[in-house]
Amino acid sequence: MEILMIFVCGILTSISVYLILSKSLIRIVIGTTLLSHAANLFLITMGSLRDGAVPIYDKHTSDYVDPIPQALILTAIVISFAVTAFFLVLAFRSYKELGTDNVEKMKGVPQDDD
Amino acid sequence: MGIIHIAVLLPLLFALIIPILYRFYKRIHLGWFVLPVPVILFIYFLTYIQNIMSGQSIEKTAKWMPQIGMNFAVHLDGLSFLFTLLITGIGALVVLYSIGYLSQKEQLGNFYCYLLLFMGAMLGVVLSDNLMVLYLFWELTSFSSFLLISYWREKKASLYGAQKSMLITVFGGLCLLGGFILLALAGKTLSVSELIANADKIHNSPTFIMAMVLVIIGAMSKSAQFPFYIWLPDAMEAPTPVSAYLHSATMVKAGIYLIARVTPIFAISQGFIWAVTAFGLVTLFWGSLNATKQQDLKGILAFSTVSQLGMIMSMLGIGAVSYHFQGDESQLYLAAYTAAIFHLINHATFKGALFMITGAVDHACGTRDITKLGGLVTIMPISFTLSIITALSMAGVPPFNGFLSKESFLESMIHVTQAPLFSLNTIGLLIPIAAILGSVFTFVYSIRFVGSIFLGSYKPDKLPNTPHEESWLMLLSPTILSILVIGFGLFPNILSKPIIEPAANAISHSDKAHAEFHLFHGFTPAFFSTLFIYVLGILLILTFHRWVGKLHKHPERFMLNNWYDQIGRYTPFYSTKLTRTYMTGFIRNNLVIIFSMLILITAVTLIFVDFSLDFEKVSSVRTFEAITVVMITIASIMIVFARSRLFSIIMLSAVGYSVAIFFIFFNAPDLALTQFVVETISTALFLLCFYHLPNLSRYNEDRSFKVVNALISIGVGAVVTILGLIAYGNKHFPSIAEFYQKHVYDLAEGKNMVNVILVDFRGTDTLFESSVLGIAGLGIYTLIRLRAKHKNGYERIERNEQPEE
Repeated sequence: MEILMIFVCGILTSISVYLILSKSLIRIVIGTTLLSHAANLFLITMGSLRDGAVPIYDKHTSDYVDPIPQALILTAIVISFAVTAFFLVLAFRSYKELGTDNVEKMKGVPQDDD
Repeated sequence: MGIIHIAVLLPLLFALIIPILYRFYKRIHLGWFVLPVPVILFIYFLTYIQNIMSGQSIEKTAKWMPQIGMNFAVHLDGLSFLFTLLITGIGALVVLYSIGYLSQKEQLGNFYCYLLLFMGAMLGVVLSDNLMVLYLFWELTSFSSFLLISYWREKKASLYGAQKSMLITVFGGLCLLGGFILLALAGKTLSVSELIANADKIHNSPTFIMAMVLVIIGAMSKSAQFPFYIWLPDAMEAPTPVSAYLHSATMVKAGIYLIARVTPIFAISQGFIWAVTAFGLVTLFWGSLNATKQQDLKGILAFSTVSQLGMIMSMLGIGAVSYHFQGDESQLYLAAYTAAIFHLINHATFKGALFMITGAVDHACGTRDITKLGGLVTIMPISFTLSIITALSMAGVPPFNGFLSKESFLESMIHVTQAPLFSLNTIGLLIPIAAILGSVFTFVYSIRFVGSIFLGSYKPDKLPNTPHEESWLMLLSPTILSILVIGFGLFPNILSKPIIEPAANAISHSDKAHAEFHLFHGFTPAFFSTLFIYVLGILLILTFHRWVGKLHKHPERFMLNNWYDQIGRYTPFYSTKLTRTYMTGFIRNNLVIIFSMLILITAVTLIFVDFSLDFEKVSSVRTFEAITVVMITIASIMIVFARSRLFSIIMLSAVGYSVAIFFIFFNAPDLALTQFVVETISTALFLLCFYHLPNLSRYNEDRSFKVVNALISIGVGAVVTILGLIAYGNKHFPSIAEFYQKHVYDLAEGKNMVNVILVDFRGTDTLFESSVLGIAGLGIYTLIRLRAKHKNGYERIERNEQPEE
């Protein structure tokens, strides 16, 4: 299962990189969101999958799933959510201001050389 | 910290008071306040004459940064003594001259501040015994010289000259720093005198040659040797007192001082002897040849300085031969040192005076162009007298001091060809030939210098001002220098005991140097070469107009100045071009570079590092999980091909919910819960924003664009996969999770391990994660609310920019 998950992460990463490289701002936002999914899955996969019980303390069990990656991912989810939300509003605002969501057209306004 | 330290720092300290004096004492010329500084220093340094004559040297150390061996160590021996006298003596005369030269309307505060900075820096260079402190003062001379050259900031030529001299001397200065560091590594000390004492050990060091090359480059660039001389003629845009002080008597001799100072370390190498001699002679010849064709008086003097410095440098090279001989034979080469020192003094006297006279002529006539000047002999008789004395000394005509040093120069140049060493007796025959030819041209331009100003026809209509004799204030300094020229010419031996011999001993590190100069010492080869120089020189002057045109004709592209300018033009051009190839302003370009580098670095690492894959503990694949894997894969691929925004949002949330399902399968209930909630909110947000955004557009992504993107993204995916497999297959130690699992209840009173980790064991993460959320919220609020102001600001920027286009 872990090997399969690593491949899934690889596929998700390559798709998100493809989206990030495109010209449309929306696709870039989608790409970054996808990338954070890939990273989260990667984190939990590396902590070994399913070799124990749910990490909730019980007197009779001694074998739990590793809780540390889960705590890390929980933090990561919240942060990536905050960043995605900000990025989305930024994309929305820049589209309103600049009238385009084509990043190729968003070149620095002050041309200092000519 | 002794008095001598204060003496070095006195000009620097006094420079601090200058602005105050300048502000409050407007009526008196600022120069009068400055004048006592060099005079006091001159007298102070003269008091050491007894110690120097008896061969003692004064050493005093003031602790500065003892931890790294950087102390302000002062070492006063014969060589430093000579230079301190030159710096303070000529400095006093230059300050005196500048009082007459600069009017009260000029920015005198700046001028004297820079000049004192320079004087202090120069004293520091010649007195420092510590390599790093020497380097510091060395750069301070470059810096203050830069300020002085650009004194008239509104003139373009001054700025050009200042920039050029800065670039070249700082280039040399940095080479010097490298050389010093290598020397310090080889000798394991920063002290110059200890390095000299350990010279034998340094010779075997692997960094010896490199250190030598770098130090020679540093010295050559400061002393305007070939091919670094090009900054000096352009530095003539400085006020004339500056040219007289810096560019004839002191700063350009810093390189000579340095070569003389390190000679005991490097003289063992024949590369040193050849490099110094050859560069000196090439400079001598090239400088004197170029001086003949200059139209500008200061241009003549600049090239003449270059050529004379080359002459001194070549003598230092020949003198180093003495390290390879013993006894009487060594004595013959030591004569080159005494000649070099003598000429150094002579050059400072006559060149300083010549510059000052040029300044006076410029002041009186308003031009320095020799085609406009002429026939001033009756109008400016005192200047004429002074310039004929000094110019004849420069040409090497008896009974002036230049003659004596030139005779000794020729003598040592002829003598060195007999040295059975370093093929000096074969290819070395070129040495006297170059020396004699250089002297011929020196003779030509010296005579022409006087002739073109004072003789010939008087052309009053071409002169901007009505010429007149200058005030006594401006003539006082050159008069003193001219008296010295005659005095040293007639009685050269008053200098030999107190100054020349100790200085030569300091260079050669013996106590055998013997200086004696005579106006006539028999029919030696040097005597006949001098006669030859006079005859050929006079012939060349008589036929001057026939051959000088040919000098002007030689093509532009062979000129070093032209090369310098081309480098100055093409370096920014090509670096801009280079930068533009990758800094295109498109974000995708930067991303392509970042991702390709990621792939490249991983690939290279994987090729060169052994790794193994071994999967011992892999759980089985369950059906539900397999279905979810298929789902997430399909959903994510669909996003790439989606044509409508709604479809892509739905596919994105499909991926997000699949991830949440995975979390359920992998025994992570908290994650699953959070993921579900966050995914729902994000989807809502996406829907909210996308309502305002345009439909998905590919903006004509052509085939090659897609192929490159696909290749890169597949590469990055492969990198992630391979690294993941390797990392998973090589677990080296068990997780620290056991601690949390055991103690979650007895230490933290909680049963949910993930929550306990988040708020108890690792609560700080959570604190700042909440701050991230808060900041993002504030950011979003700001983005939306501050629209109106932002809009105005944006329009204002646009309005401002329009007129520029």
